[in-house]
Amino acid sequence: MISLAPRGGIKGETDKTFGKRYSGLNKGLVTMMSYLKEIAVGFYSLLAGMVVTIRYFVKPIVTVQYPRQKLQMTENYRGYPQFIIDPETQTHRCIACEMCARICPSQLITVEGTKFPEAKQKRATKYIHEHQYCSLCGLCVEVCPTTALEFSKVYRLAGYTREDCVIDHLVLLQKRQQEAGLPATPIPTAAEIEAAKAAEAAAKEAKAKEAKAKAEAKAKEEKEVKE
Amino acid sequence: MDLAAQFLGSAGARMIVGLIGVIALVSVNALFLIVVERKVSGHMQRRPGPMEVGPHGVLQSLADALKLMGKELITPEEVDKPVYWLAPIVVFLPVLLSFLVIPFSETMIIRDMNVGIVLILAFSTLAVLAILMAGWSSNNKYSVFGAIRSVAQNVAYEIPLLITVMSIILMVGSFKLSDIVAAQSRHWFIMVQPLAFLLYVICATAETNRAPFDLPEAESELVAGFHTEYSGMRFALFFLAEYTNMFIASAIATVLFLGGWHGPVLPGVVWFLIKVYAVVFLLMWFRWTFPRVRFDQLVTFAWKILIPLAFVNLLITAFILKIL
Repeated sequence: MISLAPRGGIKGETDKTFGKRYSGLNKGLVTMMSYLKEIAVGFYSLLAGMVVTIRYFVKPIVTVQYPRQKLQMTENYRGYPQFIIDPETQTHRCIACEMCARICPSQLITVEGTKFPEAKQKRATKYIHEHQYCSLCGLCVEVCPTTALEFSKVYRLAGYTREDCVIDHLVLLQKRQQEAGLPATPIPTAAEIEAAKAAEAAAKEAKAKEAKAKAEAKAKEEKEVKE
Repeated sequence: MDLAAQFLGSAGARMIVGLIGVIALVSVNALFLIVVERKVSGHMQRRPGPMEVGPHGVLQSLADALKLMGKELITPEEVDKPVYWLAPIVVFLPVLLSFLVIPFSETMIIRDMNVGIVLILAFSTLAVLAILMAGWSSNNKYSVFGAIRSVAQNVAYEIPLLITVMSIILMVGSFKLSDIVAAQSRHWFIMVQPLAFLLYVICATAETNRAPFDLPEAESELVAGFHTEYSGMRFALFFLAEYTNMFIASAIATVLFLGGWHGPVLPGVVWFLIKVYAVVFLLMWFRWTFPRVRFDQLVTFAWKILIPLAFVNLLITAFILKIL
């Protein structure tokens, strides 16, 4: 851009020229040359600027027409946590140990689980994540002993009420399994949970009885040996 | 048409039909240019611009115009009412009148006056009066500042503009726009007068108050400049005048330097419009490239660079014409 000095002419040389009246034609010529040079340089820089903008003008646009066009989130994007679908069992890996519920700084996770008769470990029967309180710290994902949680790539989280933000992980899992064409993991009903608990209690009692009987038998044997 | 011709004579009928055409052209042109401006600015920033109303957002400015028509006309309490009401009309009328003499093609010219170019330049000066009226009557410091800047700017840039136009008129020997275009049947004047074209485009940018010379409406310092206090259709008239002024400035550039309606194959009016919109695009290109100049830079640029160059150009033209 041409440096247009507010007063004193181009680079302040004009004043000097006019100050010394008889400094000669030479100095005037120098001033004239610098004036013309300034114009030429300024004009060139303007053209350079226009070249830049026209180059951008023909480049493809980079913005996304949001509601119609959506971006795939990157690998390290942190959405709300969700269950990982295990490739082998095609269901979640949660054992309802409640580590996540305990480490959560906002205490927004509610986990319940039951041991079903045929299973070796406990299984989650309820996993509620109240996302409106979540700070996405990721402690639940890190602490999980079975690596059952991951960050989702979902970023459209707007809702009309706070309750819209509450995520039931088991329901969400069923939805995702359906989308992926996998069999949906059934959510145990209250009756089933009760039955499982009863069965568990019965099994425990039977085990305890057995142990007691065993102990008694052992004691008896020992007694006989002593006698 | 025949009936009108009977009552008014052929010249009168031509006038009325022409005026109706001009009013249609002015409104369609403004709507079109606003969309184009937004599209151009968008693409220069690598975004698509308006996309929602109509295919690729082409009807966006129509929707905006309808919204503006529905809006309330607010008259602030302390304004100078007659002047305040008159200003939008005064800004729009000269714009309309300038179309009287613009030669769209050999035959499509409402009235081929022998003072055509003088008429356009005289009327375009009236726009400054309207801006001053609007700014002064608004009783708002930002409006007054915008108006004052506009006057200083237009006075400064009118001089090189007129001198530049003079050098073309010297070559043709006529103020008649159709004569000027006819003189370019062999070569366009931009080839013999490139410096004049450059000076004209710079001055036209300043005269139409567009960036980088848009100080009268510099939003970062003056809110909206002289039309801060205007709303609804009154504001729309200023807007309409601004975009129509752009069209007129480009049309004069086309007539003076780009050979008007001359061009192969296509009919003259198509060539004329192509050239006009090419110059309009150039002005938009300026706007989205150059940052706004400071006020002292603006005035120094006019008085220290444009006016001397315009005089030198005029002198050289006169000298060469005398020798030949």
